[in-house]
Amino acid sequence: MTPSILAGLVGAALVGLGLYGLILHPHPLRKLLAFNLIGSGVFLVFGIVARRGAAAGFPFDPIPQAMIITGIVVAFAASALAVALILRLSAKSGRVTLDPDAWAKQNGADAK
Amino acid sequence: MSFLDIGLALLVVLVAVWTIAAQDLFASAVGYVAYGLLLALVWIRLYAPDVALTEAAVGSGVTGVLLIAASKRLGALKIAALEAPPSLAFKLLTGVLALLVASALAAAILMLPDPPPSLAPEAAVAAEGPGAGLGNPITAVLISYRSFDTMLEKVVLILAVLGVWSVGADQAWGGAPAPLRRSKPYPAMVFLAQMLAPVGALIGIHVFWVGADAPGGAFQGGALLAAMWMVAMMARLRDPPRIDAQWLRLALVAGPAVFLVTGLAGVVMAGNFFAYPPGLAKPIILFIEAFMLMSIAVALPALVAGPPSGRSEQ
Repeated sequence: MTPSILAGLVGAALVGLGLYGLILHPHPLRKLLAFNLIGSGVFLVFGIVARRGAAAGFPFDPIPQAMIITGIVVAFAASALAVALILRLSAKSGRVTLDPDAWAKQNGADAK
Repeated sequence: MSFLDIGLALLVVLVAVWTIAAQDLFASAVGYVAYGLLLALVWIRLYAPDVALTEAAVGSGVTGVLLIAASKRLGALKIAALEAPPSLAFKLLTGVLALLVASALAAAILMLPDPPPSLAPEAAVAAEGPGAGLGNPITAVLISYRSFDTMLEKVVLILAVLGVWSVGADQAWGGAPAPLRRSKPYPAMVFLAQMLAPVGALIGIHVFWVGADAPGGAFQGGALLAAMWMVAMMARLRDPPRIDAQWLRLALVAGPAVFLVTGLAGVVMAGNFFAYPPGLAKPIILFIEAFMLMSIAVALPALVAGPPSGRSEQ
């Protein structure tokens, strides 16, 4: 097993961990954090594709690496948008949740 | 494979487990920052110093500030997240699903095709041909081989800024976002910002400048400049600017606009969209990157500062 395969397996483990957190955590910010964990795991898996594609005198394939750099920046932009939406939703609704049932319960209480 | 690789891999996975398992949101966010820095070391081991710089600056640093600031703002709303914890059966089911996905991914990694496919020869052509004179193949790929993607990525950043601004209340439009810190900062924080920000800004410009030939570039340098600005905002040396400020909007669009105009000029000058005239490629690429640096340095703090708050400045 080479260091790059090991890094790829770490990436696979991170995707699994992130998926677990994304499904189980009720808190939206924790979900976002878990989602970022999945993202970095995917980047790592892609990173070993870059490492294995070493050719033409480079110790890596520069094209997947450039795509990962683009990906990290776009992932941050999406996270920032998600944070803004979560904060606005919480301020507006008075509760920190993505659970649609919580909304139904609140509306039901308002109707009474 | 050395003990360093195994130790690093274990550490990354353990810190990732911590960010998922931590009870407290703040502890989880702090764990995520440490995780990002460790991940940057893994990237170094994969011969990817450019990715390592980006992961450390954007993936770990700026995302960490974003999450920590969000947890503080959520705490300031003084509403508790009340939700029933998931049942044990649901936890087990999720665990099995996560394990299956991770195993499938691991199996795919162990069965990758041999010999591996590679676009490295094309990147070499880009570094020697259209991106002539660039010693860093990653920069050559970003600005020459995949120039259109890189330009559109800046557009994505602007769209995200617009999205974040639009989330604010209607009557707050045009105003300034809430300060990154409500209370008076500690003197040590102010001192740190005064000492660190000028040095960090210089390092950011250096990272951008050497990016043509060595690891670095507009992304990494821009993220460093953005971080320095955010340090100044956290120490309340500067508050976030009003979102209708002309200079802010110009700086935001300057990067993709200059990139696009240069790309269109390529049709006339070099016979192709986003082609650079031979011999002038390096100065043109550095010219484009300088404006992209500015756009990134402005966009990242704008994304962290959030929508205009509508409250009068304190």
